[in-house]
Amino acid sequence: MTQKLRRAAIVGGNRIPFARSNSTYAEASNQDMLAAALEGLVSRYGLEGERLGEVVAGAVLKHSRDRDLTRETVLGSRLSPETPAYDVQQACGTGLEAAILVANKVALGQIDVGIAGGVDTTSDAPISVNDDLRRILIDLNRQKTNAGRLRTLAGVRPGQLVPDFPRNAEPRTGLSMGEHQAITAARWGITRAAQDELTAASHTNLAAAYDRGFMNDLMQPYLGQERDQNLRPDSTVEKLAKLKPVFGGPDGTMTAGNSTPLSDGASTVLIASEEWAKEKGLPVLAYLSHAETAAVDYVGGDEGLLMAPAYAVPRMLARAGLTLEELDLYELHEAFAAQVLTTLAAWEDPVFAREKLGLDAAVGTVDRTKLNVNGGSLAAGHPFAATGGRIVASLAKELHARGGGKGLISVCAAGGQGVVAILESEGV
Amino acid sequence: MSDLYTQLVNNPIGKLVASNVGLPQPVKLDRWSPYASVVDGQALFGAAPGGRLLTAIAKVLAMVEVSTSTSLRTDLREACAAADLDAAVFNPEAPGEQRFKALVYDASGIKSSEQLAELRAFFGPSIRRVQPSGRVLVVGTPPENAGSPKEAAAQRALEGFVRSLGKELRYGATAQLVYVAPGAEDDITSTLRFLLAPKSAYVSGQVLRVTPAPDTPENPGALDWDLPLAGKVALVTGASRGIGAAIATVLARDGAHVVGLDVPALGDDLRDLMDELDGSAFELDITDVDAGEQLVTHLTAAHGGVDVVVHNAGITRDKTLGRMSADQWDLVIGINLTAEERLNDALLEAGTLRKGGRIVCVSSMNGIAGAAGQTNYATSKAGVIGMVEAMAPVVAKQGHTINAVAPGFIETAMTAAMPIGPREAGRRMNSVSQGGLPVDVAEAIAFFAKPVSGGLNGNVLRVCGQSLLGA
Ligand SMILES: NC(=O)c1ccc[n+]([C@@H]2O[C@H](COP(=O)([O-])OP(=O)(O)OC[C@H]3O[C@@H](n4cnc5c(N)ncnc54)[C@H](O)[C@@H]3O)[C@@H](O)[C@H]2O)c1
Repeated sequence: MTQKLRRAAIVGGNRIPFARSNSTYAEASNQDMLAAALEGLVSRYGLEGERLGEVVAGAVLKHSRDRDLTRETVLGSRLSPETPAYDVQQACGTGLEAAILVANKVALGQIDVGIAGGVDTTSDAPISVNDDLRRILIDLNRQKTNAGRLRTLAGVRPGQLVPDFPRNAEPRTGLSMGEHQAITAARWGITRAAQDELTAASHTNLAAAYDRGFMNDLMQPYLGQERDQNLRPDSTVEKLAKLKPVFGGPDGTMTAGNSTPLSDGASTVLIASEEWAKEKGLPVLAYLSHAETAAVDYVGGDEGLLMAPAYAVPRMLARAGLTLEELDLYELHEAFAAQVLTTLAAWEDPVFAREKLGLDAAVGTVDRTKLNVNGGSLAAGHPFAATGGRIVASLAKELHARGGGKGLISVCAAGGQGVVAILESEGV
Repeated sequence: MSDLYTQLVNNPIGKLVASNVGLPQPVKLDRWSPYASVVDGQALFGAAPGGRLLTAIAKVLAMVEVSTSTSLRTDLREACAAADLDAAVFNPEAPGEQRFKALVYDASGIKSSEQLAELRAFFGPSIRRVQPSGRVLVVGTPPENAGSPKEAAAQRALEGFVRSLGKELRYGATAQLVYVAPGAEDDITSTLRFLLAPKSAYVSGQVLRVTPAPDTPENPGALDWDLPLAGKVALVTGASRGIGAAIATVLARDGAHVVGLDVPALGDDLRDLMDELDGSAFELDITDVDAGEQLVTHLTAAHGGVDVVVHNAGITRDKTLGRMSADQWDLVIGINLTAEERLNDALLEAGTLRKGGRIVCVSSMNGIAGAAGQTNYATSKAGVIGMVEAMAPVVAKQGHTINAVAPGFIETAMTAAMPIGPREAGRRMNSVSQGGLPVDVAEAIAFFAKPVSGGLNGNVLRVCGQSLLGA
């Protein structure tokens, strides 16, 4: 059977502003927030009553009651109840992976239109996920004597009592993501100054995007929040330099400023065939043309937990027949400023190219004026699964507005994974 | 070990006393053990911009499999990539906890005195990260090969830098300078390996010159570095005891068939040692009129020739000059210098020294510094240096090399017999505050003796812990 592939078009997106953990959205559930983002998208693109091919979304932190989070959200929305839906989960790569899945079905002709999304709350996080503590409690229950119970309790470490799943350790190393990244940052000699500079640029760029109205058709207010709560338009390198390190010990370089805060929020992206968009009189902002995922061995091997995008991107570029410099815009998810900087350093390094990628020359250099031009996760915040949708929609819009071009998306994820993609736009 | 002082200051109370009264604190130096890694730790590799030896150095680091860091400078990273060296990153502005067993720096890019600032920029932040028994290696261009007087001055300046670093370094760490002549870039392997390894434990503040070798191996990584002298015949004079016995032992360890030579009076000791080393004993007084002829005949008949000749036999007959007899003078000059010249002539003339031959002579620090009561000895040992320097171009024509090793204070029967004052002074007046061991001299000789050391010719290497004498 031969099949003609179609181009999967990014029509537009909608998200709610991202809020800091335990703040504006403290009472909102994942389903509430995803529903709000979805409703906004339905309104913006006139999808009321439409039976879409599929809605794909996910959350990294899920209650067991949210088993079919996306389908439940669709049922509560103004989309046709005959729209199927499923959940995906690939840590922080969830949102971008959802977009890739929808785009692939569109490309194959299996669906004509779909929505990709993601949501996360760290305020309404499921506490039971701390498996260590759960095991200790079960063990405690099993103990017959007080001495035995004491012994069990003596084994409790402060970290195990912290219910925050996102701050929780990688199951296989016992280190938090920040601690992992601190090791990688030190290994690559990433300075505090470079991290603070990237962070300040993230805030400045996002603030500028709001100021010029760029965000107007990418989001809708929610629960009184009109902008991303974490955004500090007046953030400067000098102010950031005053913060104390939170990872990597007292001499560490990573602070609460140059690391993303725990956040709440949701995002959605409308992806369709060109024909469908034309029929509906909707624009095509860009096409999702290439995607790649990679994973690294951060457990037995000696690669950094968040280094997978450094591998995924060169692989994708090779398949696409592109060089890094041929891209016009770069969206590198800012889990930590240090994560972006280590990735950039690795791409510039001939040794990494040769020893890790098997390439003859360095991958290339990213022109910093083309990097995260409308801000990144450091400024916007990072509700894990919602980040992919935020980036896809804003990059598609920016490429379109610039009259076309190619843009890279790179998202690192827990478990040593990376999800990356290329958007291409033909402009207005 | 006979060095009571080192034992004493290494016990907790002695240590406290020694540090309170400001006595030097000798540490136990790392020493080589077979099949150990060349560098027992990590290396930091740097270079002044425009260096010509980056890739050559990176290749050696890759070959000895030392985990290496560099800054993220493109020239360094490209050199590492070209050498297939999976180098990690060291940024002095975000240094973390990194400690290094070796700092290796290509200074050949330094073309003017202004550019000497590169030295401070690299070593300033890294020198305190050097571990005990660590190694600092600066590699440069011989001033005589420099392209301009300014470059020559800057390259010559490296000597002062390295010698001072040697004196600043503590806990048995050492510093050396290697001048690599143009065209000798691929001949640095054995030199770097020796200087990086614990084999050079008692060598510091030294300068070695590497020139293009007549027989550079295609792939030095494929050589058997554990048995570099396999299949070679090595003659060691004065082999029955002391430093000579250590030399014989180390050359045998490296795979050579050792022909030990000593006077008939020490024949039993000699035979015992040679039996142990699977070598052969040859009793001869090297001052015999026909010593050269006897040696040529024996080596040719028994071994078909010889590949390595180590002139170690030597004596002292100390007296101030006014009290020195003609016999005392003649004996010392005769054994320490004239006999060596004669044996060399005989071996070279008869072609007994096979192609790619290695002659290594044992000189002495006192031959450089001079010593009261040793006019005869110092004359002979300075003469040895003269012989090595003069013969180097001569033997090079036949594909051989000749080098000298000048031991400083080495713990042997000879030094144990010294009066306590000069003995303690000799032991302490150096950068590592202790005497060397016979094996330290032997390792230096084994380094020159290697077939891959063809780039070393006419060098005089002091094995003296950077003694203050004659430096
Ligand atoms: N021990 C030190 O601190 C020190 C320092 C500098 C240089 N050196 C030099 O190192 C070499 C070895 O010194 P050592 O301390 O082991 O001395 P040593 O006296 O223990 O050994 C010298 C050996 O040379 C042999 N020898 C002497 N005359 C000979 C002759 N005519 N023919 C054949 N063999 C002869 C002796 O029998 C003896 O075995 C000497 O050349 C010495 O000058 C020693």
